[in-house]
Amino acid sequence: MSVPRYWRERVTKYRLIGAQCTNCGKSFYPPRKVCPYCGSRDLKEVALPRKGKVISFTVIRVPPAGFELYSPYLIAIVELENGTRVLAQLTDVDLSEVKVGMPVEATFRKYLEHGPSGIIEYGIKFRPVIKGEDK
Amino acid sequence: MKENVVICGIGYTRIGEHWDKSLRELAVEASLKALEDSGFDHVDAIYVSNMMSGMLQEQEHLGALVATYLGLRGIPACKVEAACGSGGMAIHQAFLAVSSGYYKTVLVVGVEKMSDRTTSEVTLALASAEDREYVISTGATFVGLNALLYRAYMLKYGVRQESIAKFPVIEHENALNAPHAQFRRKITLEDVLSSPLIADPLHLLECAPLGDGAAALVISCEEEAKNNKCDAVRIIGSAAATDILSLYEREDLLTLYATVKASQKAYEMAGIKPKDVDLLEVHDAFSILAPISLEDLGFAKKGEGWKLIEKEEVALSGRIPTNTMGGLKARGHPIGATGIYQAVDAILQLRNDAGKNQVDNASVALLQSIGGVGGTVTVNILKR
Ligand SMILES: [Zn+2]
Repeated sequence: MSVPRYWRERVTKYRLIGAQCTNCGKSFYPPRKVCPYCGSRDLKEVALPRKGKVISFTVIRVPPAGFELYSPYLIAIVELENGTRVLAQLTDVDLSEVKVGMPVEATFRKYLEHGPSGIIEYGIKFRPVIKGEDK
Repeated sequence: MKENVVICGIGYTRIGEHWDKSLRELAVEASLKALEDSGFDHVDAIYVSNMMSGMLQEQEHLGALVATYLGLRGIPACKVEAACGSGGMAIHQAFLAVSSGYYKTVLVVGVEKMSDRTTSEVTLALASAEDREYVISTGATFVGLNALLYRAYMLKYGVRQESIAKFPVIEHENALNAPHAQFRRKITLEDVLSSPLIADPLHLLECAPLGDGAAALVISCEEEAKNNKCDAVRIIGSAAATDILSLYEREDLLTLYATVKASQKAYEMAGIKPKDVDLLEVHDAFSILAPISLEDLGFAKKGEGWKLIEKEEVALSGRIPTNTMGGLKARGHPIGATGIYQAVDAILQLRNDAGKNQVDNASVALLQSIGGVGGTVTVNILKR
């Protein structure tokens, strides 16, 4: 990804910023000008909840160009506490321990390095919520 | 609609690794065969269906390129792109152009050439069918997204993987008698389930292969085809629809809304119901898309599409023969050309030219072409 393209999205991606529709009440990620569910243009940007649960997941064993070093890795659809869905990697968990319904929380992580002199992409991944640390 | 629209010529290459042929050579080969088959030596316009020429060949402007190499200087020509569903969409655009009366005869040629690039380059290029900035940036692949569907389907409906993984076995059986198929060999259910995992739970033998190929159709108004004494098949329904691009944003993961919407429109235009369909071509880029498509096209209740596979109702001898030349999995899936190959395979059946795989008394065929994970779906219905 080009540097300005990555730079434009940094706030949305780093802080998990979504939008909520004032008409139908649904929220979604990333933010946009028109609600994908009801077509309303009356939206407000919101910081999304950082906890949720796994809806479905897979293990990527044949990665796309750029991700070869990291494979195998987990990709999941996560439903956040307010119902918003995001797609992200799961981290800090064994491949065999992931289950649908598993509680997870957002954490800030490295995504990708673009060579020795390129940028490093960061963003949100999700990790299991550890009991006892769950406040 | 002013004019009845017919397909009056087909041409195609075998699907596989064509190391000795370029993208343009493949497109020209299929196009000339289709023109010869139709008897027309001139068309009014060309639609080239292709997804990845920009990324894989660093070549765009395929309309003028193909027109040049067909010696058809001066005619309008352009590329039609809707990811892996480009082929179905190009047929739909050709249908609109001819049914309006504006063009009398058009050429649709689908072409994709993948073997020049590495698997990881092609994997990244294919992933551009989804949202590059918010989905693919995470490391998700196109196979991976379909794997998310697969797990959700098995969990929700309590289905064993065997019931879905049987679909590629049936398709490989069909491809044995298809001279243009990429894989003409039998496989067993055990082969499928013991093949390497690409993205859990999707195994290698549940994923359509990478391959090169081109297929072409000459589409004209009924009157022109009659004047030219063509062996014509009518397009009685043609519709396309979109869905929210990214799978993760859809509230119901397991219904491809664009399939439902496009098929309802196409059935209505054709004046038929699913029970009137003799043959089906579904876009099984991954095994899981077969049961979901059977449901969304109206051949099974929601959550029961897998039963048609388990009971072999989709086999040549079954109630609704599906992907009779091997489908995307075994005939092959040269992305932008795939929707055109679906039409070719259906027309071979409707013309009674399907050889050992001939389905008796086949009259109505339905073609479903999917772009992305259902972001675009086109449904075309053919009748002889
Ligand atoms: Zn809304």
